[in-house]
Amino acid sequence: MSYTAKDPEKRPLLALVDQASPPDVAAYERGGGFRGLRRVLAGMSPAEVVEEVQKSKLRGRGGAGFNTGLKWSFVPKETQKQRKKYIVANGDEMEPGTFKDRMLVEGNPLQLIEGMIIAAYAIQATHGVIFLRGEYHLGLERLKIAVEQAKAAGFLGTKILGADFDFELIVHPSGGRYICGEETALITALEGRRANPRTKPPFPQVSGLWGLPTVVNNIETFSNVPHILANGIDWYLGLSACDDGGTKLYGISGRARRPGVYELPLGTRMGVLLEECAGGMQDGYKLRAFLPGGASTAFLGAEHADIVMDYATPEKAGSRLGTGLAILLDDRASPIGMIRNLEHFFAQESCGFCTPCRDGLPWVEKLLIEIDEGRGTPDDIARLEDAARLIGPMGRTFCAHAPGAIAPLASGLKLFREDFERLVAQGRPSEGASPAQGHAA
Amino acid sequence: MATIYIDGRAVEARNGENLLQACLEAGTDLPYFCWHPELGSVGACRQCAVKQFQNADDKRGRIVMACMTPATEGAIISVDDPEAKEFRGEVVEWLMTNHPHDCPVCEEGGECHLQDMTVMTGHRERRFKFDKRTHKNQDLGPLVKHEMNRCIACYRCVRFYRDYAGGEDLGVFAQHNNVYFGRYESGTLESTFSGNLVEVCPTGVFTDKPFSKVYSRKWDMRGAPSVCQHCSVGCNTILNERAGKVRRTLNRYNEDVNRYFLCDRGRYGNGFVNAPSRLRSAGYVMDGQMTPVPVAQALEQFAAFAKDGPIVGIGSGRASIESNYALRRFVGADNFSTGWAEPLHGAVTRAVDILRTTSARVMPLHEMESADCVLVLGEDVAATAPRLSLALFQTRRTACNKLADKNRLPHWLDAPVRTLGSDLKAPIHVVTPAPTDMDVSATQALRALPDDIARLGFAIANRIDGAAPAVSDLTEEETARATALADALLVAEKPVIVSGTQYASTALLDAAANIAAALVTQGKAAGLTLVLPEANSFGVATMGGLSLDAVCERAQAGQVGTLVVMEADLTRQLDASAFDTLVRSVRHLVVIDHSVTPTAERGELVVPATAFSECGGTMISMEGRAQRFLQVVYPEAPLQVSWRWVRDFAHASGHEGVLDWETLDQAVAATAAGVPAFARIVEAAPKADYELEGEHIRSQTHRVSGRTAIRANISVRDIPPPTSPDTPLKSDMEGTYTTDMPATLIPFYQVPGWNSVQSLNKFQQEIGGELRGGDVGVRVIGERGTAGYAGVAPARMALRENEVLLLPEYRAFGTGETSMWSDPIKARATEAVIRVGGDAPVARVSIQIGAEVFDVPAVNDPALPLGVALCPPHMVARSYEAPCWVTLRTISAEAAA
Repeated sequence: MSYTAKDPEKRPLLALVDQASPPDVAAYERGGGFRGLRRVLAGMSPAEVVEEVQKSKLRGRGGAGFNTGLKWSFVPKETQKQRKKYIVANGDEMEPGTFKDRMLVEGNPLQLIEGMIIAAYAIQATHGVIFLRGEYHLGLERLKIAVEQAKAAGFLGTKILGADFDFELIVHPSGGRYICGEETALITALEGRRANPRTKPPFPQVSGLWGLPTVVNNIETFSNVPHILANGIDWYLGLSACDDGGTKLYGISGRARRPGVYELPLGTRMGVLLEECAGGMQDGYKLRAFLPGGASTAFLGAEHADIVMDYATPEKAGSRLGTGLAILLDDRASPIGMIRNLEHFFAQESCGFCTPCRDGLPWVEKLLIEIDEGRGTPDDIARLEDAARLIGPMGRTFCAHAPGAIAPLASGLKLFREDFERLVAQGRPSEGASPAQGHAA
Repeated sequence: MATIYIDGRAVEARNGENLLQACLEAGTDLPYFCWHPELGSVGACRQCAVKQFQNADDKRGRIVMACMTPATEGAIISVDDPEAKEFRGEVVEWLMTNHPHDCPVCEEGGECHLQDMTVMTGHRERRFKFDKRTHKNQDLGPLVKHEMNRCIACYRCVRFYRDYAGGEDLGVFAQHNNVYFGRYESGTLESTFSGNLVEVCPTGVFTDKPFSKVYSRKWDMRGAPSVCQHCSVGCNTILNERAGKVRRTLNRYNEDVNRYFLCDRGRYGNGFVNAPSRLRSAGYVMDGQMTPVPVAQALEQFAAFAKDGPIVGIGSGRASIESNYALRRFVGADNFSTGWAEPLHGAVTRAVDILRTTSARVMPLHEMESADCVLVLGEDVAATAPRLSLALFQTRRTACNKLADKNRLPHWLDAPVRTLGSDLKAPIHVVTPAPTDMDVSATQALRALPDDIARLGFAIANRIDGAAPAVSDLTEEETARATALADALLVAEKPVIVSGTQYASTALLDAAANIAAALVTQGKAAGLTLVLPEANSFGVATMGGLSLDAVCERAQAGQVGTLVVMEADLTRQLDASAFDTLVRSVRHLVVIDHSVTPTAERGELVVPATAFSECGGTMISMEGRAQRFLQVVYPEAPLQVSWRWVRDFAHASGHEGVLDWETLDQAVAATAAGVPAFARIVEAAPKADYELEGEHIRSQTHRVSGRTAIRANISVRDIPPPTSPDTPLKSDMEGTYTTDMPATLIPFYQVPGWNSVQSLNKFQQEIGGELRGGDVGVRVIGERGTAGYAGVAPARMALRENEVLLLPEYRAFGTGETSMWSDPIKARATEAVIRVGGDAPVARVSIQIGAEVFDVPAVNDPALPLGVALCPPHMVARSYEAPCWVTLRTISAEAAA
């Protein structure tokens, strides 16, 4: 299948990924690894690295899509000797329906490590942490081995490749909370405290881990960096099908024939992803709607089945690219059941810090259970709409968790209005696949 | 100042404050929960949402949290905006989803911030139709009750407990609407400041456990402004009374001193006023048997005693200056004793002399919070003046604030400011003989014996200014320490030296004073604080008098006919044999006290004095602040304030004219006239005839209920409210009550719509600033004195081979006098244990102090040098001259199974 064939020119991120046996340092270098780092340490200044990454139009792959080089440029320009700084890889990956970073850490951990070393040099960080989802046992094991190998080969430690640059890297498995994927909560968790998000400003680039400058990037983002530095801006921009640079790990879950992760030019159409990569819907199922980039993005109806999956287009359609891993809703599943399932997750994962999220989301879940189980009233739908209206807009809650949680609800209330009303009118539990879930509390 | 627009109204906002503060200061009611004036903003509750507009053309606006948004010049906001109002209403509805609505049985009811805010937002109808989640409560010890179901998760408790007060055993657990605020398991809260949770919590999760036993609604209680009696800091309190009993103690805001928080000894130590240990009638002791006698007979008896030779009076640091002055005036200055034995007498006298004359600034607590270097020299402040240690801990926050300034973050943005300083220690250097609770947060904690600390202090002063007395024969280590500490003080802009009378060492006090004075010569805005043994030690020492040793000498020489002991227990100053000798060598022992002390038990004639809750008077705190406490209870005869007993004794013994005071105002005026240093105490509070807009101030709420019912078993007639010539407050609900009444007369905090302690905002000119009703207390010392250097460094302290140096280990709970008659403090105090220096395990020791031998539990403490032991004063031996040399023998090395 052409979409999964190893091709370092078109699909650099997955080119060396080997799920069964990730490349060691020698194999990684044979495959072109550490070329980027060597180039950087052979004579580029930190500012030049930042500039190159910025010009490559690499945007954050964790969901927010901020220009990576620009993010790095906010770090105070001090050398390693002047101040301790941190670089953190966000590998918490707890977004339901998202499983791309797992492939990268399990299949080619050195690519991530190289990206982090380059980033560390760019911002003159002294210490790095890979914050990994707690359940990624295999990834943890392989990352630890890779770090040891990189250290033994002189890519980590002091005077890396003979340059005046030291960098230490550790791997930290998460205690396990969805909110740890929020960069400031992740930082707080690393400090050994409750994983509550923090106020911004100050942004982590200025005051992050233990109050020191810190850059947090997604694992996929870091994995792009070696290729940019090794192959140049133009090459990287040429990979993309849109204005932003690079390829993207897209994915499909749900009733497709071949659900999975695919590396495609950034800005590939959903139709290509679903029909060509994932082989279309399974027999007897039709696409009803989908969440384009993880659980916290808004539903798009089937009319958007060929939407351009870049950063801008889904947003215009009322959703977000998010992580780029779509969850499909087919015509035989209950949309209310799906939303209930999602809201159960979000209510459970609320950190409990601010009121709308802490107390609002569990209420939303309870209302959805009522409706889903045939006990709902028109009033319950009105309450859900109130919640969507009052919790949804940014700024109402302390962090983006609740707005993310409200995205599928608010869009679902519009898109599946008839389903809601029918369930309430019939007073029967919803039909179709409706995953049974416990209560949040 | 910045001009902001609240719903079209132009309002002046202070530079750098947030919109919530600006709204509250502008008199706009905006509900909030997680914000606290002293704890800052964190944006957790989302209750203070307002709409902010970009400019005059912006009609849409956007919802922001007022507490998290700076009040910048030209900011346009709307509190009344329908969308903002709807959101605020919804926030309360969310908070209420799991709240039990048990207001009728909740002890917060009637003074609940959640009730007030719910009413304010207009949330009335419950639409949440599901089951509420429930929590299990914890037993948090004798002081604080826990009812987690009421929690609305504002996070204030943990922010106060952990961030502000440095506690570690209260935290947040779990997540979403199941978050739990408590300990990891049931157990007594470890912090000395746990009682503040009661006031910090906006609803009834944390309530006052001792109060619960004598519970009354806020609106049913009379209030009066008072001053804490349990250490020399002079925290301001409110006492609440109902049916003649003091029910509880609350914090009373004093901008300069305790501000929003009290220590637990102050909050829970006042139970002694209701305790069985109270003396309630006059008594005459004959053949070891005390017979209650009428007042007239007691006075006759005194008149008879007075004929038997000279009268010597013993005053007390726990009595008001009016009472002390009355006694001194009656017996004569030459026959008046401070009540302290040597060496404490000398130390306190010296300390107060230093405070009155030092060229450094004697700083109030709040001023010390912004110090950038603190040197604690030989005083376990966390035990002897807990609230001071909390203030000193805030120096860490000041350091964080400086980082915030660099990063252009407002100080109220709490979490980022704390994060910026997460590496910082408090700029405190502790030098004490034994570990203290402040060590954990301090930059460094050094150990040395008391005399060696004094030597170090002298060396530091000399290092800072060569004109200060030098120390000969310094070791290399001493020199290094002195240099390092001197350097740390010299780089600071506002260094503060803290010491005290714990070790009764004048050398230590001189050393502290010399360092402060030396810093002043280097142009530093140096501060000096000396902790004193009792609440009014400053007043007594200023008046001056004989030491107890001098009294004992006179008594043994047969020169004392009658010894009048006023509000003092001599057994806490003299060891058993010295006390016994004293009692035997005076002809008559007369005791005036509110409680039956071991001294009173030996008295020939004892008369019952009022406790501080039952009378008015002036106390002078360690910073020379004279503060008036007012009575909240109207006691029945024969109880009367000590100075009235002294006056009656004077009259009975034919000394009319010496003391003719009828009222507190006269007592204050006479004291001010009689002791030049006290001239200003008349200004400490308005006189009894004070009227605001033609009316007295009431000390009861408008809503007091059950006035008739409460006495219905006795009589259903309405009885006239009690009166007293000593207080400007009326005891009933007739009278005025405004937010700008004199700050010294505020009997409780309550304004319409704001029934909780949060209403304090309305009494302040600006949030966290001065009260509308002016200052609280007057300082009886000048801004700066001119004293030079004094004292000589002592010789190095040599430990002995066959004896152990016994040092006093003060405790926040256990070593206080009156607080230990209070049940909650008694319950909080732990067993008296001797801590023995060295590595050898020890479980039980016998120590010989003077002639007495004690068999006590012990534990070894490797942080102490071999040859030193710590003993909590008054808990093993009632009294010992500390430090002293004792013989110590290990009885067992291991605890019995």
